[in-house]
Amino acid sequence: MRAAIVQRPLDAAALLAEVAAVGHGATTCFVGTVRDTHAGRHVSGMDYSAYEAMALHELNAIVAEAEARFPGAQVVCEHRTGALGLGEASVVIAAAHAHRAPAFDACRFVIEELKQRVPIWKREHYVDGTRAWVDPTAMAPEGSHP
Amino acid sequence: MPVRVLLFASYAEALGRDEVAFDPADEATIADVLAHLRTLPGADRLPPRPLVAVNARYATVTDAIRSGDEIAIIPPVAGG
Repeated sequence: MRAAIVQRPLDAAALLAEVAAVGHGATTCFVGTVRDTHAGRHVSGMDYSAYEAMALHELNAIVAEAEARFPGAQVVCEHRTGALGLGEASVVIAAAHAHRAPAFDACRFVIEELKQRVPIWKREHYVDGTRAWVDPTAMAPEGSHP
Repeated sequence: MPVRVLLFASYAEALGRDEVAFDPADEATIADVLAHLRTLPGADRLPPRPLVAVNARYATVTDAIRSGDEIAIIPPVAGG
């Protein structure tokens, strides 16, 4: 298991290679990327910031929880901070297991927990020149997830 | 000895700074830190019950604080 907060571009292939093993018949990968629209507005980019010591602690705890919850799973996760352009990856999770169901479930577990607990924030820049902090707690429960 | 109070993202923007020093009385709690923050300009943009952390771990407002602690006021998280 491994988790990191980094300031460089993410490499999903490197994370997939990191969890590769001949005993792993299934590897899943989640890549979160900067989208060009949010709540009907045209997005031009995103700034990510973190309370880095705490974010790293929470991310490590989540990855450890995933491996405990799905025994045999091997999980790595990196989250990027700084200024990201459209289509750039902000988070990559790779989860490997002997079988596909725990590999999918471990990967899903990490991204859902990350969104609930890890102290990372993002400020969207819009095509019209304005910007705003993203507040998932202020959004409707369905149809507008970040 | 004062504690460091860290502000992030929208809260740092609201108060115009990312760190505040606070000299806690004996038996002070995080609630006392929040009460101090609410005396500062821009604090009206803080929610009634923000998430808080002590020494990089989630905490509750009734938790005691000690000299040298690092307190953080955590805006709604938006990772991913």
